[in-house]
Amino acid sequence: MNGSIILYILGVILNVEAILMVLPCIVALVYGEPELWAFLFTMTLCLVVGVPLSIWRGRHKRAFYTREGFVAVALSWIILSFMGALPFVFSGAIPHLIDAVFEAVSGFTTTGASILPEVESLPRCVLFWRSFTHWIGGMGVLVLILSILPLAGGYNMSLMKAESPGPSVSKLVPRVRSTAKILYGMYLLITVIQFLFLLVGKMPVFEALTTAFGTAGTGGFGVKNDSMASYSPYLQNVVTIFMILFGVNFNAYFFIFTKRPKQIFKMEELRYYLGIIAAAIVVIAFNIRSFFPTLGKAFQQAAFQVASIITTTGFATTDFDLWPAVSKTILVMLMFVGACAGSTGGGIKVSRLVILLKTIKKEISLFLHPQSVKKINMDGKSIGDEVVNSVNVFIITYFIIFSFSVLLMGFDELDLVTNFTAVAATLNNIGPGFGLVGPTQNFGIFTDSSKLILIFDMLAGRLEIIPLLLLFVPETWKKF
Amino acid sequence: MQIIIVGCGKVGKTLAEQLDREGHNIVLVDISASKLADASNAFDVMGVVGNGASFTVQKEAGVEDADLLIAVTGADELNLLCCLIAKKAGKCHTIARVRNPLYNAESSFLKEQLGLSMIINPELAAAMEIFKLLRFPSAMKIDTFAKGKVELLKFKVKPELKIDGWQVSWLVVRLKCNILVCGVERNEKITIPNGNFILQNGDTVTILATPKQAQEFFKKIGIKTHQVRNTLIVGGGTIGYYLAKQLLDIKIPVRIIESNKTRCEALSELLPEAMVIHGDGTNQELLFREGLKQAESLVAITNMDEENLLLSLFAQKHSRAKTIAKVNRITFNDVIDSLDIGSVVYPKNITADCITQYVRGMQNSMGSNVETLYKILENQAEALEFAIRDHSPVVDVPIMELNLKENLLISCITHQGNIMIPRGQDRIHVGDRVVVVTTQSRLHDIRDILKR
Repeated sequence: MNGSIILYILGVILNVEAILMVLPCIVALVYGEPELWAFLFTMTLCLVVGVPLSIWRGRHKRAFYTREGFVAVALSWIILSFMGALPFVFSGAIPHLIDAVFEAVSGFTTTGASILPEVESLPRCVLFWRSFTHWIGGMGVLVLILSILPLAGGYNMSLMKAESPGPSVSKLVPRVRSTAKILYGMYLLITVIQFLFLLVGKMPVFEALTTAFGTAGTGGFGVKNDSMASYSPYLQNVVTIFMILFGVNFNAYFFIFTKRPKQIFKMEELRYYLGIIAAAIVVIAFNIRSFFPTLGKAFQQAAFQVASIITTTGFATTDFDLWPAVSKTILVMLMFVGACAGSTGGGIKVSRLVILLKTIKKEISLFLHPQSVKKINMDGKSIGDEVVNSVNVFIITYFIIFSFSVLLMGFDELDLVTNFTAVAATLNNIGPGFGLVGPTQNFGIFTDSSKLILIFDMLAGRLEIIPLLLLFVPETWKKF
Repeated sequence: MQIIIVGCGKVGKTLAEQLDREGHNIVLVDISASKLADASNAFDVMGVVGNGASFTVQKEAGVEDADLLIAVTGADELNLLCCLIAKKAGKCHTIARVRNPLYNAESSFLKEQLGLSMIINPELAAAMEIFKLLRFPSAMKIDTFAKGKVELLKFKVKPELKIDGWQVSWLVVRLKCNILVCGVERNEKITIPNGNFILQNGDTVTILATPKQAQEFFKKIGIKTHQVRNTLIVGGGTIGYYLAKQLLDIKIPVRIIESNKTRCEALSELLPEAMVIHGDGTNQELLFREGLKQAESLVAITNMDEENLLLSLFAQKHSRAKTIAKVNRITFNDVIDSLDIGSVVYPKNITADCITQYVRGMQNSMGSNVETLYKILENQAEALEFAIRDHSPVVDVPIMELNLKENLLISCITHQGNIMIPRGQDRIHVGDRVVVVTTQSRLHDIRDILKR
């Protein structure tokens, strides 16, 4: 274990976080809010720890392998969230530390689950920071650092692997640094486009900014108590479309920017993703027909909710907890499906499920033709056994963590639907669930121990479990 | 530059590592996903799985924007096909590895007709390297600059040489030799010495000199300098064949020990003047019977790296022969260097170095001015040859007044065809060629030698 390189990366993370906090400071200055000092104080703390760490580093211990990469990413996210929570505490917006950490983790992991019963009374700068953490966490802070910092050696790819979602991570261009730059460039561009569309719909600038951040990171923190319900249908539709867009694998946009749009049609995952969305919208729209005056309205509402859940954003325009059982069940199923690999969304990911379904098909055909040899194909190329294996292991680990979380939550004596959907909503980085954590409710009802479990689930979901679990394996920390 | 390397074997990986370190964008193509995963975990390169001769795969690897495609798969025909397709699909330069002696004889035709920029034959390149060493047995390693007019030679300071404890400047003053010490390796540490540096027994010294001066220098410090008078080659593979052929051409008697009967017969057909012996090269009695004691050189180039190294050690112990061992696969360079083993050649490095040199040359036409590049002193230092094309701050200023970077030495200036080892008052002129030795990497222009 090479501790010095990890400390170095943590130092850089803290510095970057301090720099990112300049933005909420500006917001505080613009609106003349006294909470400015909370951010300034946190920035100072970050820099006091971060600068020495990033300057000092063991000269001859630069060796950096996958293990260090994964541990560095997991620790980075923990420290990032902790420091990100401090402004909430200092400003008095969320005085209780665990609540503040829950809120910050929920922000960075792009979950959007809140413990706040109402948000409209919070200072603007705090609201901005809440939404901005979505944007940072969506593409990943390590990817941001990779695009700025020249980390030597090929092993920095392991940083990206640990942070980027999906069964297998590939580069867009030969260099990690250029890949990271391209990803952030596209991310920023699409966010700006959405921001402009929202402005056209006469959304106030501040709300347009936070909504764009929340959509881009597929986060889901709103600045209004009723989330998106009070906005015009135009604005809701813009958000719907951009949620779906941010749930798409960013490789697709890279193909567009490099003028190879035909490649997009070869992306099998994308076809399934859009297919699932379309099917879910149609079924739900007819199922909730009676709730709305016209079928068109039902479609519009169904589309928003489906997009919000499958991309794991978690905005809501209506209390879908009141919908009929079929619709609710579909939404719960969509929670687990999640968005595409290589997007900003969470969940199991469509590609993993596609691989899983193909594995099942293959195993069944093995019963019919015991000696048949078959490779699993994706995008017209056969994928290796190790990818299939890692998908299987991921899904099993995922459900083990899921069931144990639900079990431990049970000690709070709340009902099963609440516990079940609370874990689903956090492990998949969505936000709202059903029952007591439905779209009009919040996570403040849980005890601290349950909140800690949910914090773990959110981080595990964002980092796709393995990096976080590595921290708990004693082997990781052994010198040899 | 954008470079595509087809074939992720030993050479492909070595190339990827070297070119990645020099700041090029590398895409590796191979049919084995696991080999690619290995390489892209170790270096900052991208892997594309597929057959490199397929147009679709090449397109996926970005052949349309690539500057260079290097085909180093195991099969000659595949390499040539890759280059041919790349040439049609994009506007890139192409380099193919072609090792079949049959094609090799026709390499200039192939190069011209297929539009290849370079054909590299690893065995031939390795044989040339060994041949150079045999012609100058006192050196452990030789590289040439300025079209062969200047050589970079490596030798070990041994007790019988009587230069133990000498200052570097004494070599010039006392011996009146116009040579330059560019680097000293001691206990795996590399120094680019100044005049006051004191040499010790066991140091490995790299000098730069013209072949004539080098000969004189070695004579004065008491190293025999004539080329070997006979050679015992163990292992009759392709390298052995090329080497024997070159040696026989300059009338040096050659004995080849080869364990495969059919190969022996083929060799004796190809090389009627050589003495081909069928037998196991590790058989001590056979070695002695075939004159190991009297041999002036032993070249161990069997397919087994370990066998080659042991043969070299054995020969060092039982004879005064110059020994050269080939190491193909194993990577314990530092351990090998700590053995008293004579010269070691690494064919994969030789191939990769040749190609890296070509890439440097290409960059030359794209803004960099490096003509030739050698990785010396265990790859920790570089010797670079620059062509001075236009006026710059380094031109027409006495060298002693230049504010040079640390660990950097202007080693040689070719001025109007004359080679000189520069001293403080000498100046660089436009039209000269300059050799610089440095531990700084990534110099792209002669201006880079100055401190900023």
